[in-house]
Amino acid sequence: MRRWLGRIGFGASVLVLISPALMVFLWMLSLSLKNELDNTDFPPIFIPNPPVWTNFIAVFERNDFLGQAWNSVVVSFSATGLAVLFGVPAGYGIARMRATRAAVLILIARITPGLSYLIPLFLLFQWIGLTGTLAPIVITHLVITVPIVVWIMMGFFEGLPPELEEAAMVDGATIWQAFWHVAVPLSRPGVTVAVILSFIFSWNNFIFAMVLAGRNSRTLPVAVNNMLTFEQISWGPLAAAALLVTLPVLLLTLLAQKQIIAGLTTGGVKGG
Amino acid sequence: MSIALSGVAAAGANPRRRNYARHYWWFVAPCGVVVFATILFPWVFTLFMSVHDWKLGGGRSFIGLANYQRLFTDERFGWAVLRTLYYTALAVVFPMLLGTAAALAFNRKFPLRGLARAIFILPMMATPVAVALVWTMMFHPQLGVLNWLLTSMGLPPSLWVYDANTVIPTLVLVEVWHWTPLVMLIVLGGLASLPVDPYEAAKIDGATPLQVLRHITLPLLAPFLIVALIIRTIDALKAFDTIYVITQGGPGTSSETINIFLYLNAFAYYNMGYASAVVVVFFLIIVALAMLLLWARQHFKDAA
Repeated sequence: MRRWLGRIGFGASVLVLISPALMVFLWMLSLSLKNELDNTDFPPIFIPNPPVWTNFIAVFERNDFLGQAWNSVVVSFSATGLAVLFGVPAGYGIARMRATRAAVLILIARITPGLSYLIPLFLLFQWIGLTGTLAPIVITHLVITVPIVVWIMMGFFEGLPPELEEAAMVDGATIWQAFWHVAVPLSRPGVTVAVILSFIFSWNNFIFAMVLAGRNSRTLPVAVNNMLTFEQISWGPLAAAALLVTLPVLLLTLLAQKQIIAGLTTGGVKGG
Repeated sequence: MSIALSGVAAAGANPRRRNYARHYWWFVAPCGVVVFATILFPWVFTLFMSVHDWKLGGGRSFIGLANYQRLFTDERFGWAVLRTLYYTALAVVFPMLLGTAAALAFNRKFPLRGLARAIFILPMMATPVAVALVWTMMFHPQLGVLNWLLTSMGLPPSLWVYDANTVIPTLVLVEVWHWTPLVMLIVLGGLASLPVDPYEAAKIDGATPLQVLRHITLPLLAPFLIVALIIRTIDALKAFDTIYVITQGGPGTSSETINIFLYLNAFAYYNMGYASAVVVVFFLIIVALAMLLLWARQHFKDAA
């Protein structure tokens, strides 16, 4: 009896722990599925009856939502791809050399506020006339994605015994062959974690694109923020747009929660 | 080119690893170039700009440390620093308490634990701008769901972000919601690494669960808690997205933190030189606080 009470109490406390997260996302969903009249009713209506799709249709009809979604996709994939291209070998090199000083640089990048990179890079892009294209946004997103990839891969390769590559080199492989044919295939789980996390944090980034984007190079977070400040539109379409922006990331989190948790725990623990 | 070089060098080399150490630089070099361009160059350039009077579209002139001098007498900046410290204190304490409690709960085995944990970490993965929009709607004084919640519990409604006195605690509420999961994950990682022996000994000695928590778990977790504390402090100092989207520093300047002050000077007033001085001072504040916490950890370790 006492044991059951304890279990019920524990279950209730878990429910209390996850309810703030659940409530906000469910409220977002509820707002996006109700018409304007129901959304501004007080006391609030919680369950859309009947649910309407007009808000989502409005989002796609309004300005260039699909174009902005495409911008977001291009930026996040490019920034993640480039980060893997540069960051995986770097993480390997740092781990094998035990170059802790190089790692400190990555830590400094983690500490520095994103805005501080933006002022000099903004001026630089103006001088070379890149503003208004997607290129400056991709380049600045490297500030986020490269440290994530290097940090995670460094930790991963440190945990990989060097004996395997040494054996390959004894057999005549070059250092590059040992990396490419031995270390890289073994590092696939680490790369997966690094790709997922750097994609998510690039997708979510707001500040770089807000400053650097022109009319045609806005990413989704900037577009959604502009809906709030410039158009003063109603709650339904706003919630629908917000939901569409964050939905890919939420689904990715639910699908890959094991990898994400593994990456964030090691990344976080080593962050100190 | 680098591939050919290392091939030649490796051909006659002894396969023992320390002889290869030099060649590993070739793995790091391309990334080094990227880091130089996107991280180091901006730093050096910021230092350079901070000693100039540099208006976007206008000219620039060397003015030495005048920007810094101005900063230290700028009352608006002083308030921004105090507000940032206030915000940070609240946005560190609550996630630490809640995150540790959540980690202790998620460390136990129970049905659907994976799903519950995934839902719990959703806030930190969600797009901050999207989430901030929903919070803005919830904070609406007349139609918002939060005031309905308060009044239906018999409490007086709040003005949330529309009042100078409540705006910072309200923004902290969003920050706590957003970042408690990261503390939970770090502490959970710590819990997974704890040794089992002390627990077995405590069980034999008949310790109560509360005694175990107080005398075994928390002391063993201390290094992880301090790491979480440092990360949380740095992130809270740097908070920008949600504050910018929800209040843009308002009402008036009552939620203008250092980061918002910096943004306005750089990209609303186009005062690049002055903003660069803000960047430098802001960075020093962050480093100083991080060092203080690291020192506390060392101190704590020596004492233990």
